[in-house]
Amino acid sequence: MERRRRRTDSISDDEDDDRGRKRRKIAPDGVDIEDRLESLITRVGERSTSSLESNLEGLASVLEADIPNYKHQIMKILCQCVVNLPEKLTVYTTLVGLLNAKNYNCGGEFVEMLVRNLKEALKTGEFENARMMVRFLSDLVNCHVLVATSLLQMFDSFVEVTLEDNIPQVRSDIYVYLVLSSLPWVGRELFEKKESDLNSMLVTIENYLSKRQKIHLPALRVWLNDGPHLQEEYLDCLWAQIKNLRNNKWIEKQILRPYLAFDGVLCDALQHTLPQIIPPSHNKSMVYPLPRVVFRLFDYTDVPQGPVLPGSHAIERYLIEEQINRIIHTHHLERKDCAAALLEYPAKAKIPLNYMIVEVMFGQLFELPRPPYIEIFYGSTFIELCKNQPTSMPEVLAQASEMLFDRLDSMHSICIERFVHWFSYHLSNFQYKWSWEDWVECVAMDPNAPKSKFVREVLLKCLRFSYYQRVVESVPESFAALLPPEPKPIYKYEQEGAGSLPGTMHAHKLMSAIKSKCTPEEAAVLLKDLPNVYPNGQENENSSFNPLKIDVFFSTLLHLGSKSISHSFAALAKFHPNLKSLAEFDDGKICLLKVLYETWKNNQQMMVVLVDKLLRTEVVECSSVANWLFSFEMQHDFTSFYVWEIMHSTIKKMSRHVDQLQQEVDSAHDKQEAAKRKEADGLEVGDDDIPSDEAIERMEEKLEAATSAQKNLFLVIFQRFIIVLTEHLARCESAGVDYNTPWYKWVIERLQQVFLMHHELVFRYINTLEQLLFTSDIDIHILEVFQQFCALRS
Amino acid sequence: MSKRKLPSGSVALSQYRDQHFRGNRGEQEKFLLTSTTLYVGNLSFFTSEAQIYELFSRTGDVKKIIMGLDKVQKTPCGFCFVEYYTRADAENCMRYVNGTRLDDRIIRTDWDAGFKEGRQYGRGKTGGQVRDEYRTDFDEARGGYGKMLASKIRRTSDISS
Repeated sequence: MERRRRRTDSISDDEDDDRGRKRRKIAPDGVDIEDRLESLITRVGERSTSSLESNLEGLASVLEADIPNYKHQIMKILCQCVVNLPEKLTVYTTLVGLLNAKNYNCGGEFVEMLVRNLKEALKTGEFENARMMVRFLSDLVNCHVLVATSLLQMFDSFVEVTLEDNIPQVRSDIYVYLVLSSLPWVGRELFEKKESDLNSMLVTIENYLSKRQKIHLPALRVWLNDGPHLQEEYLDCLWAQIKNLRNNKWIEKQILRPYLAFDGVLCDALQHTLPQIIPPSHNKSMVYPLPRVVFRLFDYTDVPQGPVLPGSHAIERYLIEEQINRIIHTHHLERKDCAAALLEYPAKAKIPLNYMIVEVMFGQLFELPRPPYIEIFYGSTFIELCKNQPTSMPEVLAQASEMLFDRLDSMHSICIERFVHWFSYHLSNFQYKWSWEDWVECVAMDPNAPKSKFVREVLLKCLRFSYYQRVVESVPESFAALLPPEPKPIYKYEQEGAGSLPGTMHAHKLMSAIKSKCTPEEAAVLLKDLPNVYPNGQENENSSFNPLKIDVFFSTLLHLGSKSISHSFAALAKFHPNLKSLAEFDDGKICLLKVLYETWKNNQQMMVVLVDKLLRTEVVECSSVANWLFSFEMQHDFTSFYVWEIMHSTIKKMSRHVDQLQQEVDSAHDKQEAAKRKEADGLEVGDDDIPSDEAIERMEEKLEAATSAQKNLFLVIFQRFIIVLTEHLARCESAGVDYNTPWYKWVIERLQQVFLMHHELVFRYINTLEQLLFTSDIDIHILEVFQQFCALRS
Repeated sequence: MSKRKLPSGSVALSQYRDQHFRGNRGEQEKFLLTSTTLYVGNLSFFTSEAQIYELFSRTGDVKKIIMGLDKVQKTPCGFCFVEYYTRADAENCMRYVNGTRLDDRIIRTDWDAGFKEGRQYGRGKTGGQVRDEYRTDFDEARGGYGKMLASKIRRTSDISS
């Protein structure tokens, strides 16, 4: 997310905002001129009845006339287009070229502004925006706005970063990437004008790439092995594509180059020299983009007819992917526009567009550590794409699903989980119709085998979207073994044989008391004389909690509220004090969660929802949830997806809590300082809203407690992971069997998931983790996961 | 890119304004612009709270769901309110859930000024939603024909039998 977040507005807006607004003029027809300019500029290059060339020519003339009065605004809008509409990059470089040919100063000022923005973006770590600006500057060489030598100088200074000492690899990576990803645009021009300089730069890049560390690679791969398609690191792949481009004399067939039509006008224009652009030096607080692995699903043999899919090392593949990624970025907030824009891809007749769209969208959905946008964006956009192309898109999507299913055995668990989420959602929008028969092989498999697991989990999700009977009717009878149980609650005090249980009598009394609307105090009194034993009668030596009381009370409460989620919530809310006091200490909290499991083990959604409620109402703590999920009683469900749904939602809640307290502390400090400043200026200060020193201190204490709880939560989770995995590895070693079982794969990849999904947080505690848990004493298989994670930022 | 003040596109406010809102238009709009509650329409009468939970949780943690009930029969009558913890999650719901299917029906979501007791009941004369009084199509998941048409059909068949 971080990497692609748009923050372009902050780059240049701040300083001119006030001035700009005051100067805004309204044209005679009442339309704000700035708005009209913006609309004119941002819309050029969209579908239109006249040719792009004539539109560009017309727009250039309009802007030329407006430049005397609105130069600053025009420049600003153009600079925004550079980062916000890079899918039309060459349209805007041509426009700038035409303006420069008409008005040399204007071209110079534009370059100056863009360079200023670029420097700022590099300084603040907005590398994706920086990349678009570098590419734009490169293309300005083609439009005779910039001198080729000066661009090469900028490239050289970027490539020199690879020679710096004591910097993380991700830093040199991104600077090399800025250069490489611009070469398809300007390679030919540099080759013609400055071949030897270009070549010597490429040699430096090649040297650098051959020496890179790639420890992080296994952590980011969607598939564990390279069949049928190579899983390449993004820079390696782009380098292979660039080498192919060089072998083709830097000629490619994807980029629309409108400036070619204006060659006559443009070649007469005077060119500018780029000022020196030196990368800001490294500092510890700078966060560089994480490395990536290129996702490949299809090759040309998968496309039955029509245009050929470019090979994975063809530069065209990169350029198409880039363009589709940018269209998605521009439109990801409006799924309908996004689908329409994707299907309107400019060169759609020349490529198998549906296949490319599907591959890029899945590539994003499966991207590790996290997809760039919320998962449901992909699902709902696929639905729109299917609606717009009902004859072809569903077919490609079905083919993709089949292929993903076929390759499940080597797919990363995190991606399998996202595949389950998407597939179940998609089915829920298409009447749960699927050719299940084709997948019948998985019925006979080990329940932990990826394919079997996938189908089970999909059916569980479908059950949550619909209802039991619907799911049963959706699959063939042969799938019966994979069907989830009917999601009904279990209440042992009304089952056969309940009479012999020590809690039955109390449970029945409690039930009728609650039904006749007793108070929480009255309910507590009813349980008073229950002995401190387990529900089966076995003695409990721990005096911090009474398992029988907890069992009788909580299972009865859940049973009475079982009609719906709202009923359950109402029951929990009314008897909140009872739950708090029954589960005052940690063992009691875990006991309470075990009762929840006993009651709702056939309804995973209920468990997810109720754990969430128990956490939010502070009946249980985050660490109790983590300990419960790792407990003996949950071992049977340990590889079930809902267990991890609960785990991650618990971690997220913890971190949101910390963030919220942090914000409160920050804003209290701000308020206090503002008040002090006012006082120093001799102004009157109203004292009602200013936090006192004591209040701030209390807030800081709370924050500190929450932060240490968060750290503790991660320690608990990682420690429990190490214990279960070490036990497994030792057991296999002593039995002389292969440790790499389906169970092992699920668990070790779940460990990876905790690192990846919460990577910003985990990085905060990395030193503690290294010192306390991931030491050289632990098994190398477990340690490797930690090392790969650390390598993501090194 | 422009300096828009009001939300636009999928997260914009629709034309609809609840006529029973207590307060003036300005206040109502202020609530709608900061609300984390959505009205959800065109549900099947048979869709359960749990199903709604599942779909709506895909854009963020759901705080509360209030099922719309028939005023007379106290059974679900095809709408509900979904409250999120944050505005951002509700916005994503407007973007990605509005207009997609739940229980095979295309559902509609819209901003709501926030739930008030009493609003869970249908406002039609017969207890359900007003739209189900005048509907002329046969919608099995929403009680068959519209209430007016259904009673007309009943009367006709009473006479003829």
